[in-house]
Formats: sequence, structure tokens, C-alpha cells
Amino acid sequence: MNSEEFIQLFAEQFDETEVSEFHPKTSFRELEEWDSMVALMVIAMIDEEYNVKVSGDDIRNSATIQDLINVVGSKI
Amino acid sequence: MAHLNIPNVSIRGLAATVPALVKDNLTDPRVSDAEKILKNTGIHLRHVAPDHICASDLCEDAAKRLLDALEWSPEEIDCLIFVRQTPDYILPATVTILQEKLGISTSCYAIDISMGCSGYVMGLSNIAALMQSGLFKKGLLLVGDTISRTCSPNDKSTYPLFGDAGTATALEFNSEAAEMKFSFGTDGSGKDAIIIKDGGYRHPFNSESLLEKEIEAGISRTASHLVLDGMDVFSFGISKGPSSVNDLTEFFNIDMAEVDNFVFHQANLFMNEKIRKKLKIEPEKVPYSLSKFGNTSSATIPLTLVSERREVLKTSHQKHIGCGFGVGLSWGSVYFETENLVIPEIAYLN
Repeated sequence: MNSEEFIQLFAEQFDETEVSEFHPKTSFRELEEWDSMVALMVIAMIDEEYNVKVSGDDIRNSATIQDLINVVGSKI
Repeated sequence: MAHLNIPNVSIRGLAATVPALVKDNLTDPRVSDAEKILKNTGIHLRHVAPDHICASDLCEDAAKRLLDALEWSPEEIDCLIFVRQTPDYILPATVTILQEKLGISTSCYAIDISMGCSGYVMGLSNIAALMQSGLFKKGLLLVGDTISRTCSPNDKSTYPLFGDAGTATALEFNSEAAEMKFSFGTDGSGKDAIIIKDGGYRHPFNSESLLEKEIEAGISRTASHLVLDGMDVFSFGISKGPSSVNDLTEFFNIDMAEVDNFVFHQANLFMNEKIRKKLKIEPEKVPYSLSKFGNTSSATIPLTLVSERREVLKTSHQKHIGCGFGVGLSWGSVYFETENLVIPEIAYLN
């Protein structure tokens, strides 16, 4: 899977955080805008774009966007 | 997924009763970020049961009013089923109490079924399967919960979501009836996604069951309270809701364009709209009662039919698909038809 595309789709789930804040090493759960609703939108985006089902633990156990990319990649 | 088709049983009427006490998510001091919660969940008002109202009381009220409206005598009821997650007691089964309170004959068949979000579909399949051979002529399916009473008031992940309701569905043997058609699925690997840990026999109620712990900011609860893992449930719902409906329509060759109403378990608007859009169903065919009642566990499907489709159900022939998904994890979809149902107005119990 294409990491840049994933990061762009991931960033689109946020309203206020600048796109420049999103990198593979971004600790997304520490972003100010991150909350349970953004988490659901990310889960929905992954379901729609990659047809992959990620769990609450997949999100909680991912520190960075790259971790999440690895989870999604392993389930494709 | 498992399938069933059941001939010879018609739904004759529906009724719903909710507690009179209302909580407004926009003004409730316990709900923070109210505007955002309303926008994302679609839940504005919730009717919540005080300590003296059980799910069985709400169902009893709905059943009595439905029997009156149908002009059925309680003694005519051969079969009584109560579906719930919130019984009166650990034992006996609550349905026996309902048999006595409703004045139903001691010679009736009566059983409790412990299911939640998928409970209406599971209950309907059970009662219809029991009645299809014709020895039981009339049956009552009672489905309801007081799930708000299981939520910690200090848990923002459950408290704003849940309301309480009891419903009654009257069924009759009818050799002319259109077949009911079902699809079912179960996945116990997700049991922890929605759970009350203490109070059963795996973790009996103990001296620590009432100790409140902070799980994260805004989420404090005891081991006797409801736990809801929003991310797991969401991920499950947006995948299993659509696949359950698709499985039903594909297996039984049902043309979705001919279905008048798609009634989903009312979980929250964000999840339900994802499901609707994945199935490409027009918004007009998908009623919501979320803003008025919230998520009422097992009762959502019949409550939504009564609340949002009463007039049209009373005066016409309608084709429905109902889909329940959640606690268990358990899910199911049903196709059924109705004609000129008897539906008293929603009642409010004090």
C-alpha cells in the first residue's frame, strides 16, 4: 500500500490540524484534535478505502501513523 | 451465515412504552460537549427508567394496551417470549412474572431469551418458528430493556447514548402469511466489546464491584457498569450490518428496491448512516428514532416502527427488512411483511 496516500486520507479525517503535521512518525493519538470521534472516522476510512477492519486495540496499540500503516498493510 | 424461512405466521400489532422521565442531552449537566454528541450520535432525548421501573414493567404496559387494542383476551395467548438483557432477577426467568401480571393462562408456553441489539430479530425467529405448525394460534413477543440503568453516570462513552423502552409484538397463525426470512451470525470472540463484568457467575458481585475507577478522562465506572468499546463496536457494525442485509437479500433473492422500510438497530447516527450508505439505501426508507429515544438495546427495531411508521403500518401493506447487530457479538436480519397493523400510540410510564 502507498504510505503517502494513507497519510493524506488519514489527515482528511481532521478538521483543524495542519496537513504538515502528518508524517509516518506522527504520534497521532497525542494530537490535540484526536478524540474518539476522529478514531471512528479513521476506522471508517480504512474500511472504505482498504476494505480492512481495524479493532480498538489496533488503534490503541499504534503509537505512530506508520504503526497503523503496518497494521492495515498486514490485513490487506 | 445461518438462514431460516418461516411460513404461516403474521404480525398483527405492535406497541411500545417508554419511561416518562426524559433526559435532554443538550441540557443534562452530565453530558459534556453536548452539541458535538448530538451531531455525531443523533441522540437528543432519552427516556430513562427510575429505579422502580424494570424492562418487564414497560413490556407489561405495552402488552396490555396492545391486547386491548386488538380485542384479544390474555387467555388466548399460547406462547409468550421475553427478550432482554435486563431481567427482574437472576432467577426465576422474568417471563413467568409477566405471564402472571398479564393474566395469561398457566398452560401457556413461556421463555426468556437473553439477547440485546440483535434481540428483536432473534425473538421474532423463535416465536415464529414455534407458531408455524399451527398448534400455537396466538403469541406475544415482548422485547425491551432498561439499559440506561446499567450505565455509569460518569462514563461519557455510554451515558449519553442509552434510553429505555419495552415493546410488544402480537403474532397469529395464518396459513396465508408471507414467509418471514432470516439470516443470523454470532462471534463470541467479541464478547468484551459490550459487557457488564460483575454480577453473573464468572465474576460474582463482590465487595469491589461498586468501586468506581477512572479508565480514562471522562470515563469512570465500576465493574457492575456497562462497558462499551466504541471503536470495536463501530468497526463491527459498519462491516456486519451491511453484510448481514446483503446475505439475507442474496440468499432469499429479495429485491431491495421493493422493500419499503429498512429498520436498523438504533446504535448511533454516525454508524447507522455509514451502514445505510454502504447498502445504497435511500434515506426515505430508513427511519430513525434516535433523536427521541437514543439506543434502547433490544427494543430499537419495534420502537422505531411504532414511533416513525405508525400511520403507514396501520393502513397499508408494507415490506420490511429489520437488522440488529451488537452485544454478543450477535447479528441478524429479517424480511417480513405487514398489513393494517393495530398500533396504539406510544405510552409514557411513571
